[in-house]
Amino acid sequence: MSFDFSTTLGSAALPNPILTASGCAGSGKELSQFFPLTDLGAIVTKSIMIKARSGRATPRMAETPSGMLNSIGLQGPGVDQFLENDIPWLASQGARTIVSIAGETVEDYAVLARRMRNLPGVVGLEVNISCPNVENRGMVFSCHPETARAAIEAVRKNIGGELPIIAKLSPDVTDIVAIAREVADAGADGVALINTLLGMVIDTNLMLPKLAQKTGGLSGPAIRPVAVRAVYQVHAALPKLPILGMGGIANGRDAFEFILAGARAVSVGTATFGNPTAAISIKNELEAILTEKGFGSVEEAIGYAHREVAP
Amino acid sequence: MNQINQRAAQVSAQLISNKRVGAYHHMSFAVGDLAAQALPGNFVAIAVGGEGSSMVLRRAFAIYRSTEKCAEGGLIELIVAPHGQGSRWLTSLPPHSVVDMVAPLGTHFGIPTEPVRALLVGGGYGSAPLFGLAELLKSRGCRVDMVLGASTANKIYAPLEGKRAVSSLTITTDDGSTGIQGQITDVLPSLIEENEIEIVYSCGPMGMLEAITRVSERYGILHQAAVEESMACGIGVCMTCVIPVRDEAGVPRMLRSCIDGPVMDGSKVVWDSKRIIPEGTFGA
Repeated sequence: MSFDFSTTLGSAALPNPILTASGCAGSGKELSQFFPLTDLGAIVTKSIMIKARSGRATPRMAETPSGMLNSIGLQGPGVDQFLENDIPWLASQGARTIVSIAGETVEDYAVLARRMRNLPGVVGLEVNISCPNVENRGMVFSCHPETARAAIEAVRKNIGGELPIIAKLSPDVTDIVAIAREVADAGADGVALINTLLGMVIDTNLMLPKLAQKTGGLSGPAIRPVAVRAVYQVHAALPKLPILGMGGIANGRDAFEFILAGARAVSVGTATFGNPTAAISIKNELEAILTEKGFGSVEEAIGYAHREVAP
Repeated sequence: MNQINQRAAQVSAQLISNKRVGAYHHMSFAVGDLAAQALPGNFVAIAVGGEGSSMVLRRAFAIYRSTEKCAEGGLIELIVAPHGQGSRWLTSLPPHSVVDMVAPLGTHFGIPTEPVRALLVGGGYGSAPLFGLAELLKSRGCRVDMVLGASTANKIYAPLEGKRAVSSLTITTDDGSTGIQGQITDVLPSLIEENEIEIVYSCGPMGMLEAITRVSERYGILHQAAVEESMACGIGVCMTCVIPVRDEAGVPRMLRSCIDGPVMDGSKVVWDSKRIIPEGTFGA
């Protein structure tokens, strides 16, 4: 009997559960020299905004123990250029694309959602309502139930039922389950857990924050237990809500851990910075682990850590 | 067709030799056919710390020299300054160690189609990529002069074999421990005038590159600078190594120094942009 590596995120059918993480795969072109993009379940794009953005001043990056801080600030060409250049190129590669969108206002999300209709190769929409690198931390939509709901409702109304909507949430909240419930009620078909955690490094030689904008998002293996906990909690509370898990996945074992916690697919982010072929290694290792553990499919392993075990 | 990272590959590179030279390490890696793809100005990105390392990011190093055919096959040579945790790990490796290397990456120095009079300027270990460039320029009939500067004598990297392609070599040190006491920019105007320099190639700290740009602009000569900005990935996906560079309309755009650099037209770079986004930058 052959192993079934396929999975789904809402209505998106994916041949395997390994995806890139938003903002960690450039336009796709950068990685395509190292492996065919079709080898992954899907490519998640950087977060697209309505207008071009310069992003933040440098330094934008600080390596930390088993992780890194970044404060890119959503640098990008804006939605027009993205639709003109990136989407056709990804489609020409045969890649399955999940577009990440980010807005500054609820209206931005509505406008962006309308632009995402009928795009070649696009199988889903990740709605970034949790970027920590915004001017006003009060504007992180996913940190408040009302703003999280408003952003997702705006997308839902404007995209119809054609693409699954995956709301990307921040771990920097007291109760992530409450936020997940709110966005599911507002029409999200799934959640992406987790975005980076807000952090800071102070340069002790300069005696100033190392990043130009002082704070940045922490990613990498250092945050993995936080992410696994978030996935586990949300899956326990909302077992039917599809979860795209991410946060420091560096090898097949890590990906397996997220699937056991309840993720239907996982995204590889920071690991790609250290190794351009990380996602491919993780995919191969995960398949070997699942097979070795006796699973016949990814589906069988999703949420397996939640089972009742006799004492 | 996709041009990004087009000549790059990920290889297991065996360390052939690791020699201490002054404050630096000269390290040679066997990379097979990949050596033939490398051009002066390109760089490599190496994973550090070994399996399960807490250092999750690659380290980028300018290529000192690449040799297509020798006893070990193709070689890529680097000059590494052991000043961080990752570079200290790398320079402590014994011969026969194998590292995970992605190479060659980034833009390379542009070679003029006609013979020109070139001045190569290196700061500290920034001199590394200039010797291969000097050889290439000389083979194209160019006259090559070189000036190297550093804080002190043991931070000047100028190997004997590297000097062969150079018509003159001027050295400056801040402390006067070798060569002329002072900074590179103190001697640049006279070198440019005396040797009737038409193009400057440079590599080193950003402050030095900025100062060279001012001098080269005063003389109306071209300046190709290999910039140094800290990188997380080296392959264009992380967006951390950006610097503002003016486009044809004069609008600064935040370009990646790993893909649109490290070699850039010095006159287009908006220097002095640490911790700020210059006014009028695209998307600001």
